[in-house]
Amino acid sequence: MTASRTTRPARQSRALPKSVAGAEALRSPGEANVWGFEDSAPAKQSEISRPVTRTLSYVEALREATDFEMARHESVVVFGLDVDDPKAIQGTTRGLAEKYGPERVFGTPLSEDAMTGAAIGMALAGLRPIHVHIRMDFLMLAMNQLVNVAAKCHYMYGGRVHVPLVVRAMIGKSWGQGAQHSQGLYSFFMHVPGFKVVAPATPYDAKGCLAAAVRDDNPVLYVEHRHLHFTHGLVPEESYLVRPGKARITAHGSDITLVGISAMQTECLAARHYLTTAGIDAEVIDPIWLSPLDIDTIADSVERTGRLLVVDNGWIACGAGSEIVAAIAERLMGVRDLRVQRMGFAPVTCPTTRCLEDLFYPNGRTIAAAARDLVEGTKTGWVPDEEPKLAKLEFKGPF
Amino acid sequence: MHEQLYRSLYRIRRVEEHAARAYPSDKIKSPVHLSIGQEAVSVGVCAALEPNDVVFGTYRGHALYLAKGGDLKQMIAELYGKVTGCARGKGGSMHLIDPEAGVMGASAVVGTTIANAVGYAYALKLRREPAIVASFFGDGATEEGVFAESLNFAVLKQLPILFVCENNQYAIHTHQRQRQGRPDICARARALGMPAECIENNELLNLVERGKQVVGRIRSGLGPHFMEAMTYRWQEHVGPGADFHLGYRTEDEAQPWKDSDQVHRLADLIDPVRRTEIETEVEEEIAAAFDFAESSPFPSPAELHEHVFQEVCA
Repeated sequence: MTASRTTRPARQSRALPKSVAGAEALRSPGEANVWGFEDSAPAKQSEISRPVTRTLSYVEALREATDFEMARHESVVVFGLDVDDPKAIQGTTRGLAEKYGPERVFGTPLSEDAMTGAAIGMALAGLRPIHVHIRMDFLMLAMNQLVNVAAKCHYMYGGRVHVPLVVRAMIGKSWGQGAQHSQGLYSFFMHVPGFKVVAPATPYDAKGCLAAAVRDDNPVLYVEHRHLHFTHGLVPEESYLVRPGKARITAHGSDITLVGISAMQTECLAARHYLTTAGIDAEVIDPIWLSPLDIDTIADSVERTGRLLVVDNGWIACGAGSEIVAAIAERLMGVRDLRVQRMGFAPVTCPTTRCLEDLFYPNGRTIAAAARDLVEGTKTGWVPDEEPKLAKLEFKGPF
Repeated sequence: MHEQLYRSLYRIRRVEEHAARAYPSDKIKSPVHLSIGQEAVSVGVCAALEPNDVVFGTYRGHALYLAKGGDLKQMIAELYGKVTGCARGKGGSMHLIDPEAGVMGASAVVGTTIANAVGYAYALKLRREPAIVASFFGDGATEEGVFAESLNFAVLKQLPILFVCENNQYAIHTHQRQRQGRPDICARARALGMPAECIENNELLNLVERGKQVVGRIRSGLGPHFMEAMTYRWQEHVGPGADFHLGYRTEDEAQPWKDSDQVHRLADLIDPVRRTEIETEVEEEIAAAFDFAESSPFPSPAELHEHVFQEVCA
């Protein structure tokens, strides 16, 4: 992997096997394809030869990937608050402690700082720890170890050690998650050289990205959104990798490029459907890996569409979306006329009351409205009527 | 044994003095935190460790690096920013490492490596390895939250780890009594559930004896142990010189520690002929290490972008 984000990654094959529909995962099994994906297959990153017919939830896909990796190598250990309790982190760690024993799967004291430091020490000793945080907000207690040690060790020690660490962190939303259970703070880690960041949006990618993260010899922040935990999709039974540095076009279009990060991928696909009713054909891209970021795939798309709307699952200022827009502007300045826009959380603390919280997040309709204005180059005032089928999935507690 | 200990102690002292002497040449373009006065703690504890045992240290880490067997040439080259340095010139004095010798690094952020040491000890226990970990940190580190968190986990999992608090009484220029409501650090370790002892006098032979006893205890599976070693930093917090002119401490306070200088104490226990031989060998080794650093190349510009990520994945 090339270290510098200014280095343009090598072009990769665009060949897409039709056997696995990645974006299928964004709807429930048996449901009609309400979002009208015509081509939503994942990039060819692993050898999935047989047609995939099995449906799994995001949670089950995560659990399966963890199970596979633990079986594959005894150096993989899983720990964090509550990983071995009856709820087993929404089920993502269910059964692992029984199968692999309490030395490889264990709940920890409420010590995010030291346990992150311990995870690094384990990695330095040759283990491959997966440290689980049920909310990303809790990572703020571990920033010293993550930024000053995990991301630094390989470089600071001249390549003599490395830190194969996976940090799973969940983002909450709705049902009163509020100020300290809702933050999408992954851009902090994109800022720091030495960290990889992945935010899979489908069960297929949840499994393939976790396997890739565990096998990576570098620290990886693995971003999960609680809403995505509830989604179902086609997941191959065998082991496969969704490797760092490759985005996926989840729906083709020619009028505008929508980039949706994490759960905002779902909202962008909903927006695409609304836009078709206004005669606008949107292309939707899931970056999947935010660091290293596949800017080539996004740039190729924007070179065709001339418009880019990036929808982040975090605040806009200094965010992942800002990084993508800036990189595209640098790439396409003088190459093509373009219009760009960023969307993300409102620049406020997330409120708990529903009426304000609904205004805090972008959604399919507000994204569609912004996209249409961008395409038409004027404030049209258009906002599509809500379609019940596209109403967002609700998280309901207790959690 | 005395000869071995003296060689280690004298070697560290002289390396530090050479570094201090080279400092005004500005060839060491990085902060150095000299361990002059504190060498006995590292030498004593490391004398009790085996080659496969592992240590984690601090930014005042020259003594620990050398006492555990870190490569001297690579250390000096690292101070000089040369590509032959132990971290290819990318870590500097505060981040010395030599995995082959069991020196697993040091942090410039106080307290940080305590947790890393605990994690390493967890891995050793999980794999049923006979090695143990020694975690070195200063009195200031015991004020960080990670100290209590790490000790708690080590007790919970009964990890094979020795915690060594090098108490030189000062966090930069602030005395322990100005920072800790209750300065009894051992009491805090005991409260978290592990045996703890304070070694008051910085005496090398005492440190060796106690070190061997507690290391044996840890290696036999009896869980973590805490050792507070009182000691004294002779030079300024960072840099080559003295700092009594700053007024935060007095020469009177330092005098008893200098009077009981362990380098001289050990020297008195060795046959004078052997002593001269050892000192000559050490001086030659140090001179060769500085020559090596001087003559080594700096990293090439391409090195800037190397080692951000480990390339090969499992």
